[in-house]
Amino acid sequence: MHDILKGVWSLSVITQSEYIAVLLILIGTIFSFLSAVGLIRLPDIYTRSHALSKGSTMGVLFTLIGTFLFFMLEGFFSIRLFLGIFFVFLTAPVAAHVIVRAAYRSQVPLAKVSVQDDLKKVMMESDGMKRME
Amino acid sequence: MMQGILICSLGFLSFAVIATIYRLIKGPSAPDRIQALDALGINLISGVAIFSVLLRNTGFFEVILLIGILSFIGTIAFARYLERGVVIERNHSE
Repeated sequence: MHDILKGVWSLSVITQSEYIAVLLILIGTIFSFLSAVGLIRLPDIYTRSHALSKGSTMGVLFTLIGTFLFFMLEGFFSIRLFLGIFFVFLTAPVAAHVIVRAAYRSQVPLAKVSVQDDLKKVMMESDGMKRME
Repeated sequence: MMQGILICSLGFLSFAVIATIYRLIKGPSAPDRIQALDALGINLISGVAIFSVLLRNTGFFEVILLIGILSFIGTIAFARYLERGVVIERNHSE
């Protein structure tokens, strides 16, 4: 593996500005790392979703933008990678929202430490309305 | 130096993947597992992106796009199945 990398990297000259792209990648993976810590430590699915959807989306965006910048500085503009960035940016929050909605509607309980559940009252009212009809 | 930074970020990312797999196995309810699968797909995307920089190869970009689309569709299908019990709804009222 190391020999392959040496061969690949010896072909091209590393310019100073490519360090910015690589630093962006590092920042993105640190974001992913922190959101993974949240995924382990937090008590229930709603708080975990809060850590995961924001941290992971931010992390993958930084990483993809770093990759995009790296290849753009080498003179290769990839429309596919741009589409990938756009698509991930569009779909990751939607997916998190849909998961949490499914979790609430299939009665996954909140953590014991949570103090307020405003949606419960509304959901019970709408259930009552359905039964009245 | 640059390879060192990239390999270090791969290390961070592999910790994130291990944490998601822990949540995937342990997660007390089904939505937890779906959430972990979604996060696994997203982490996989950044892993492929880092490898494409590390190998200086632009052939991996299709993989990024495809994993993004497939992971999103899978998440939506699973969530819909949990919520209503069916994946594709048909209109029976007519």
